[in-house]
Amino acid sequence: MTGALTTSSVAGAVGDSPTRPDGALKVRGEFAYSSDLWADEMLWGATLRSPHPYARITSIDISAALTLPGVSAVLTHDDVPGANIYGLEHADQPVLAENVVRYEGEPVAIVAADHPETARRAADRIVVGYEVLEPVTDAETAMDRAAPVLHPGHPTGNVVRHVVIRRGEPDPAADVVVTGEYTVGMQDQAFLGPESGLAVPAEDGGVDLYIATQWLHVDQQQVARALGLPVDRVRLHLAGVGGAFGAREDLSMQVHACMLALHTGKPVKIVYGREESFFGHVHRHPAVLRYEHGATKAGDLVYVRATMILDGGAYASTTAAVAGNAATLGVGPYRVPNVAVDCFGMYTNNPPCGAMRGFGAVQAAFAYESQMDRLATALAMDPVELRIRNAVAEGSVMPTGQVIDSPAPVAELLRRLRARPLPPPVSTPVDLREMPGGVSNTTHGEGVVRGVGYGVGVKNVGFSEGFDDYSTARVRLEVIGGEPVASVHTAAAEVGQGLVTLQAQIARTELGVHRVTIQPANTAVGSAGSSSASRQSYVTGGAVQAACQAVRDEVLKLATDRLGREVTTLAEVDLVEVLGSEAVERTVEWRHRPTYPLDPTTGQGNAHVQYAFAAHRAVVDVDLELGLVRVVELACAQDVGRAMNPDAVLGQIHGGTAQGLGLAVMEEIQVVGGKIRNPSFTDYLIPTVLDMPPMAVDVLELADPHAPYGLRGVGEPPTISSTPAVVAAIRAATGRALTRVPVRPEHIVNR
Amino acid sequence: MRVNVEVNGQPMTADDVWPGESLLYVLRERLGLPGSKNACEQGECGSCTVYLDSVPVCACLVAAGQTEGRRVRTVEGLATGEALDPVQEAFVRTGAVQCGFCTPGLVVAAHDLIRRNPHPSDAEIREALAGNLCRCTGYEKILDAVRLAASTVDGEA
Repeated sequence: MTGALTTSSVAGAVGDSPTRPDGALKVRGEFAYSSDLWADEMLWGATLRSPHPYARITSIDISAALTLPGVSAVLTHDDVPGANIYGLEHADQPVLAENVVRYEGEPVAIVAADHPETARRAADRIVVGYEVLEPVTDAETAMDRAAPVLHPGHPTGNVVRHVVIRRGEPDPAADVVVTGEYTVGMQDQAFLGPESGLAVPAEDGGVDLYIATQWLHVDQQQVARALGLPVDRVRLHLAGVGGAFGAREDLSMQVHACMLALHTGKPVKIVYGREESFFGHVHRHPAVLRYEHGATKAGDLVYVRATMILDGGAYASTTAAVAGNAATLGVGPYRVPNVAVDCFGMYTNNPPCGAMRGFGAVQAAFAYESQMDRLATALAMDPVELRIRNAVAEGSVMPTGQVIDSPAPVAELLRRLRARPLPPPVSTPVDLREMPGGVSNTTHGEGVVRGVGYGVGVKNVGFSEGFDDYSTARVRLEVIGGEPVASVHTAAAEVGQGLVTLQAQIARTELGVHRVTIQPANTAVGSAGSSSASRQSYVTGGAVQAACQAVRDEVLKLATDRLGREVTTLAEVDLVEVLGSEAVERTVEWRHRPTYPLDPTTGQGNAHVQYAFAAHRAVVDVDLELGLVRVVELACAQDVGRAMNPDAVLGQIHGGTAQGLGLAVMEEIQVVGGKIRNPSFTDYLIPTVLDMPPMAVDVLELADPHAPYGLRGVGEPPTISSTPAVVAAIRAATGRALTRVPVRPEHIVNR
Repeated sequence: MRVNVEVNGQPMTADDVWPGESLLYVLRERLGLPGSKNACEQGECGSCTVYLDSVPVCACLVAAGQTEGRRVRTVEGLATGEALDPVQEAFVRTGAVQCGFCTPGLVVAAHDLIRRNPHPSDAEIREALAGNLCRCTGYEKILDAVRLAASTVDGEA
């Protein structure tokens, strides 16, 4: 029934690429994802959502839904047992709307029935009276004093957060100045496995929730509060996760399923369809970014001024942290002595936005990299040369005053990409599959121009600005079947990245055993923090390493006692002999070095624990007449500190690069008047295998002395730099300014 | 209604099927075969790809009633006991599996490709898998997997 998975593996230390312990189950179709779960007498839940972006609720009549045969429960805000409010950083979102709805798709009522279609039909029979209000759909006008205040209790009105960065002179002089306004559309994480889970009522009045999430413990806290239950009565178990990319950091159906299960006394499963999924999770913040770069004639950056407006939508989610990243990383991986950045995260009645891979750094990078290309043109300089000239290195000072205190090989990444041979021109005779437009037969090469472009980006790893960022690992060593076996238990969410593989590799490396068992992730052990911010290899990796070392120390003590001589390494002893029937178990809470809040008026402070860098070179063919783009090659160079699992590192870089390509040329949630117009995979396009070019990857391993094994977070940087590289290549081919992503055919064709 | 269908070589019967139910729903919720995945339920992502009488289809687009008396082979029916099919083996070995939600559909689609074309070129692999979305891998290692599977099947032949 449950998605709980114990995996066992026997090979692969840190630096190897063993196969995934869950790989065989996944290729056989036997891996239990959250949507695959089943229980006796299980009911299906469905959600009624607001059709309006902004409206007052005047009435809710559930009677017609309740009388439908097969329906067991219909619940509204009146039935929320605890606090009808939740949120990741700032609790401002109701479990079920009461009085007002602030976005299209906001949950208003939930139903449990014996068949999912019955549940959906019952939801349709609920009659909600709405007094429709004029929605606030523009993040900039949301700042106006005249704009309706969407969260009346919020101290700064519709501004969720205003981040200020001030460094150097306020009014420096420069020889060359370029300005630009850039726009980033709303991107969706588009994980393949929609939101889903199974809530099972327990005999103690609590509930067990089997769930696909990124962070079990933050879900647990929010669910318990909404249910009005002590935290220990709400037990979360990680079910199989079909991708995440940020979209599972906020709650979706967790509280709803638990409410229905506790109300009916039966297990309740909720599985969103794709359309509902587009309304069921936060998206990447759309942004408007205004930049001014000043440089000397020689090409040294003198100053950057930027104003960024991020549309957070109806609820705060992680908007404050996203704004913090956009601002602190806002000038990119460049040395800039004078910086003035203002970044606003806003409330509107658009779909809520929060975490997505790259988290604020993506939006900023599109703008600052576009500016670097514009500046290169103004200076008549090679764009790569301009970047190398201004690139940060170890010892450079970021706009927050933070000194980069580990390798920062930005110039080297660019040099390596530049030195890579370019792909050959398209073959003759023309193979349509190599043409923009493909087998649609739109061109045989006429009107097709090739372009090459570069992008580089920076991302913070881990949680920043003073957040108490830690992970917990429990490691047990004992003899089973005549063989020493290490068992690792954390609450860290395996979302596809390969953390289960890596945890076993670390245990094998630290304890010298072959067989390692990874226990199912759940809330029976302390928090591991979120599988986000490129942090799990670092933080949970660090916790597993530390717990293994604590176990090792205890075993060495044991060996010293039993053998009557000092034992200093595990290699000296036979673990079977030393341990006998004894099990050694240690639980360790591990923290990376502290970070600090930004000064609210200057934005100065050591806010980040680690910086990570990636760069891309894109080669594109563009059909100038039709505006169609084919990305021919997308090469990446990235410093990963230490490739803990080289195959998994490549997998992250390939996948991150693909999502950046998607933002560059195809992916956008179309929101008109607060309403999503394309909530399907028919209309929201993510790259297919035909859209993705070969991706050559150059992995550098320059150890970070502050990080476990010297590793650097891997997952996000490639998503950041691939978008500007692709757009720069299209600019090179077309001569168009291209100030908005995704680039659409009309941006290329229209004059 | 009742639906009789042969699945992975076994005759199976599903009762109380509502006429609106898809083959995907019946496989997943009535026949205990959740391997085929429900990622878009409108034929765009290929995650529910199964063989229907030897032709790969999106199980979400087939009404369960249409399968009466026919043969279905799902991802669960590719391995022989403990032994993975060469395509499955190649997906594991090359690192083509991350979250794995797209994997069942991709494995069936790749299996079908190699059955039809034992020596696919890269362009042919891309064309054959163009109906299967993956969000984790950028497809690089999926291409590796299909190349490896093709070479393995070829070596065995």
